[in-house]
Amino acid sequence: MIEGPVIQVECLCKYYGSVRAVNGISFTVARGSICALLGGNGAGKTTTIAMLLGLLLPTSGQIHILGEELQRHRQRVLPRLNFSSPYLDLPQRLTVAENLMVYSRLYGVSNHRERITVLGRDLDIDSFFKRPYGSLSAGQKTRVALAKALLNKPEILLLDEPTASLDPDTADRIRSILTNYRNQSGATLLMASHNMSEVERLCNQVIILRTGNIVATGTPGELIHRYGRNDMEEVFLDVARGIQPGSLE
Amino acid sequence: MNAISLQRIGALALRYLYLLRGSWIRVVELAYWPTVQMILWGFITQYLAKHSDVLNQASGLLLSGVLLWDILFRSQLGLSVVFFEELHARNLGQLLISPLQPIELILSLMLVSLARTLIGVGIAVLLAIPFYGFNLFKIGIPLVGFFLNLLLLGWSIGLMVAALVLRYGMGAESIAWAAIFAIAPLCGIYYPIDTLPNWLRPLSWILPASHVFEGMRNVLLQHTFQLDDLFLALMLNVIYIFLGISMFLAAVHKARECGSLLHLGE
Repeated sequence: MIEGPVIQVECLCKYYGSVRAVNGISFTVARGSICALLGGNGAGKTTTIAMLLGLLLPTSGQIHILGEELQRHRQRVLPRLNFSSPYLDLPQRLTVAENLMVYSRLYGVSNHRERITVLGRDLDIDSFFKRPYGSLSAGQKTRVALAKALLNKPEILLLDEPTASLDPDTADRIRSILTNYRNQSGATLLMASHNMSEVERLCNQVIILRTGNIVATGTPGELIHRYGRNDMEEVFLDVARGIQPGSLE
Repeated sequence: MNAISLQRIGALALRYLYLLRGSWIRVVELAYWPTVQMILWGFITQYLAKHSDVLNQASGLLLSGVLLWDILFRSQLGLSVVFFEELHARNLGQLLISPLQPIELILSLMLVSLARTLIGVGIAVLLAIPFYGFNLFKIGIPLVGFFLNLLLLGWSIGLMVAALVLRYGMGAESIAWAAIFAIAPLCGIYYPIDTLPNWLRPLSWILPASHVFEGMRNVLLQHTFQLDDLFLALMLNVIYIFLGISMFLAAVHKARECGSLLHLGE
């Protein structure tokens, strides 16, 4: 068991020419926590997550995941994390079951058939196992992507808009699945979201980004208190508009 | 360097097998063009054999040429096009955040390319026997060397094309269909290399395929087999495959640097 943070980011920068997508951010995420990465469009959330996945190389800075330096030991880290996002797809022409079969083998999941059956039941996707992934609705695709992300029982699960395009009932079910997964496995979840009530319900740590910089961190309760607001929606609007904590008092 | 996993290579090969299994049209398509080419050149051979001493001596010269050329073409296309499937499906990012290493991706693309080439060209080779009484296997053991060399060159060019598409986006996709034809006039598929002007011959001899097609003519016309020529082709292929793999890995690294893995295929 690793003591201390499972994600440790120090002075992380990503520049595209003169554009500073991520500008020297540092943060840690503790084991077992559910951390939200918030920010408006272009704040640097996706860039940060892509760097945590090794999909994007930082201009400078350090990322340690599960005690390993990501750049050096990607191969040791990647089997222990996973990711679900609407901007990365799965092969459209393969059926849901085929997609899950391929990815379970890529992640070296033992007893993969059993694992796929369990996930199919938990995420209520088993009824369309034999349908091509490309023929599914956006909500169904999101659930399949989540199943793929849970195949290897990741110690760190990165999520981008996990409940986007889902109806309220399914979204609520997904939140319960994520919470249960965290409770049962002790996994750490880092999620980018625009759904502030979801963040309030699920997360015990929030990092808010604006133009590539961290502008606020804390628990949802702390942030609501610091900004003198009623909920995270109002806090988010303050941050997005550059309003400082307490300046409206 | 991390250990290469056969399980991961197999997993990705399975993905392409599922794709083929799910569509019989894809399987037919694999064999369609090699078969059409074989039929066309079979008739041309039959016609020209009546008017040409060379073709009279070895009526399989053109058909051998076209079938061996298809090994080169299909192996290149098999690698590039299968890689493009990942880009079209916006799946490359998913693969690269999984434990799959880029070198394993390359190896599985090669494996699938081999299977596609064997299916596509294999059907045309077998059909040539009843259609024209032409059996490519009569070339004998040298055919194994010819096949291996053409496969390696096809993979090298396929990897270079895939690297260009990774670097410059899907706009460069058409290169996959055109790239191999740039070397077609130089490698002497249907005519000896000394047909080429003197200044062009050195360029021809640095292509492994030229040694293969010359070797094929030697076997069919002189009934001799130059092993050292084939060995030279193999040495050249080692350089080409090294270049192909290096270019592909460099393109993946560059894509990681500039963030294009998030947007490729869009």
